Amino acid sequence: MFACIFVPNFPVAAVFRAEPELRARAVAIFEGKPPMEKVFAVNESAIRVGITPGMTKAQAELCSELTLRPRSLLQESVAHAVLLDCAQSFSPCVEDAAADTVILDLAGMESLFGSLLEIAHNLFRCAANLGLDGNVAVASNPDAAVVAARGFSGVTVIPSGQEADSLGSLPVEVLSAGWIAEKEREGKKKEKEEDQQESVRLLAVLERWGIRDLRALAALPKVALSERLGQEGLRLQQLARGEASRTLVPVEAPAVFEEAIELEYPILLLEPLAFLLNRLLEQICARLAARALNTQELRLTLALQNLTGVDPQLESFGIPSESDASHGAPRSPARHFISGRQSKFCRTLRLPLPMLDPKLFLKLLQLDLNAHPPGAPIRKIHLAAEPARPRSAQGGLFLPPSPEPEKLELTLARIAGLVGEPRVGSLELLDTHRAEGFRMRRFMPEAAQKTKRQEVAGEGKSAVAALRRFRPPLRVTVTLENGELANVVCSKKKEAQGSVLWKAGPWRSSGDWWQREAWARDEWDIALQNAEGIALYRLVHDLLGGSWIVEGTYD
Amino acid sequence: MSSAVVSTSAAQGRPFVFIEEGAEVCPKPSEAELCTEGRPPQRAFSTSTFTDARLAGVTSASRLAVRPAAEMVSSGIAAMDALTGGLPRGCLTEICGPASSGRTTLLLAALAAATRRGECCVLVDASDVLDPQSAAAAGIELDRLLWVRCGENSPEKSLEQLLRATDLLLESGGFGLIALDLGDLPPQAARRIPLTTWFRFRRAVEHTPSVLLAVERQSIAGSCSSLLIKLGLIKLTSSENRISGQSMDSQPLLPTHAQLLTGLKITAELVRSRLDRKPARSTEITFVSKTAWAG
Repeated sequence: MFACIFVPNFPVAAVFRAEPELRARAVAIFEGKPPMEKVFAVNESAIRVGITPGMTKAQAELCSELTLRPRSLLQESVAHAVLLDCAQSFSPCVEDAAADTVILDLAGMESLFGSLLEIAHNLFRCAANLGLDGNVAVASNPDAAVVAARGFSGVTVIPSGQEADSLGSLPVEVLSAGWIAEKEREGKKKEKEEDQQESVRLLAVLERWGIRDLRALAALPKVALSERLGQEGLRLQQLARGEASRTLVPVEAPAVFEEAIELEYPILLLEPLAFLLNRLLEQICARLAARALNTQELRLTLALQNLTGVDPQLESFGIPSESDASHGAPRSPARHFISGRQSKFCRTLRLPLPMLDPKLFLKLLQLDLNAHPPGAPIRKIHLAAEPARPRSAQGGLFLPPSPEPEKLELTLARIAGLVGEPRVGSLELLDTHRAEGFRMRRFMPEAAQKTKRQEVAGEGKSAVAALRRFRPPLRVTVTLENGELANVVCSKKKEAQGSVLWKAGPWRSSGDWWQREAWARDEWDIALQNAEGIALYRLVHDLLGGSWIVEGTYD
Repeated sequence: MSSAVVSTSAAQGRPFVFIEEGAEVCPKPSEAELCTEGRPPQRAFSTSTFTDARLAGVTSASRLAVRPAAEMVSSGIAAMDALTGGLPRGCLTEICGPASSGRTTLLLAALAAATRRGECCVLVDASDVLDPQSAAAAGIELDRLLWVRCGENSPEKSLEQLLRATDLLLESGGFGLIALDLGDLPPQAARRIPLTTWFRFRRAVEHTPSVLLAVERQSIAGSCSSLLIKLGLIKLTSSENRISGQSMDSQPLLPTHAQLLTGLKITAELVRSRLDRKPARSTEITFVSKTAWAG
């Protein structure tokens, strides 16, 4: 058995998927170059108010209730990918019949998903969840399923052997549309116009014969039909009888998960952008969920309005939100934009683990955009997700507490917004004797749990005296008596000054002499007497610069 | 016999009615049952009290559950564990003391012990003072330590960052030890933290497996902390020009490059404990920490 998902009025359906709020309105899609734009597709509400395909845009604009949208090939390609995702979530054997039609082989699926009727209903629901209102038909051969899906709305299941009876009531125009689509699938796009003319001719002939529905076409004698209409006529009759059989041409749907919105008017603030991002993220996550996938990387690309000069209005554009202003020094958006001269703004959100939570993604993107605002009006939003297999983790009763990855990611993003991105994370020591020989890296406790715990210094031993570093180090003035340290004066921190009670050193070290960042220094451990009492410090003499600094205190 | 009990509030001079668990509210109590010590029946009040939904979830003080004892975890230093019984989970612990008193040594030892247990820890560093080499030498598994470095700007700004970051971390949960290092903040700035903030932190960490540890110069959390450990000052013995209490090799005859800071002798006093091991009086211990190069 085969199932077919057909999305009627596909260009309109693609727009409805991107803008669901338009479903209740009269919508017309136009295409063409100005001023020769013509209405290309309309929905039922638009037909009711008198809008038909072929009208000029100027004529259609006279209708005040009508919402006009340009044809978006990008949205249509995304909707087509969604259709393939929906089919792939049920069967691995999927044929990409046309932009608005996919066919699935349901052999062996009944044991997994239930009866054919249940499968058909589930397909219908899955397509609806992904934003496409399609027709689903199940039949014993692919062509019969396609004809039924194009002819009957909703869910149709044709039992094996009853194809002719079931399809009999459909008008013959259904075959014409299927025929054109098939030619298109076969890559004969150049012949499309010829095929359209041919189909119109055949339909005109059938009209003259008084053939209105498929039952009448199926009842025609084969030989006489062949004599008058040739092989194409016979093929149409086979389709009408539901007897045409062919092998399915399966395709593997590419694991590309992208969504995009082209905006009629540029967005200036981040808050309205968040609404659109939310919609895109929900659509992408629904598609990933349909394919049982998660994502570990989100790429956001914003096409910015490419202005050529400093527009005074830009001064008011770039204040993305109140929270952005609270996080750091206010930027000058116009300067940011003019200095960049960029038409695209890209941000990549890398996650430590595969996740699938649109709310979390939205929050992370919001925080990221607050920290890095685009700085110019946004014309187009493109969001792509890199698919990844869901993580397989089993919790244990006796495992030590560990933060939930989703919560942790959000917390880290929020803290990064507070203190700055490079100032939060875990430590990594570098192979150097330099004083600040470390770097910050992303905190990933999951990775730490996987690594085998090594024997570390300090385990089972006594406590290790620690140093508290002053960042930046304190510049001090040192008084020497007979070549020995006698007194330390620090203007910045009064605690770190006083007479030297005890000292040990110097210990000389140097490094990186082959680089520009060469260093050489003498270190002392000193005890200073100050007003609060006695404290131990590390005093450093920079041999290259000649300065004295207090690097930290032993505590 | 109805199970309603009528008591008299001394403060307001009117009866409060408590309903025993499992007792039927209907039928309504008779006048005789509601009448106590010759007072007139309180029918109108009692009826309204029985039907008041706001009192349905109120538990009388006599039936409050006993708070379970906090689970104690090792602080990483045996002497400290002997003094305090360890660090309590779900509670706030304060370590206070002046510079060079050993606060950071205790902090790093606690972090090392927690990471060795496989727990994820976080250090919210108000003044950005953590020394990575010291952390590694103390035995902290650095992969399991999240370091939040505040203090890029003024103390007020870094304090605000610390408090907001701590709120977020407590809300996130899942950390075995959340350490707040306020040790280098000026006491005036640290004292500006409202007591309500510490109450909020205590409430947030309660009933969680996290240890909330604050390192300060002076105790600032007041009664919010379950455990308060005070570390002592280094004292100078002027006659010998030596620093008593410190395990330093400080022989005057040796040149300075032959001397070595081998460690700190830390004096800790248990000032307050709201846990089971409540001391009869303040107790004090002394232990030695070694510098990394002393082995």
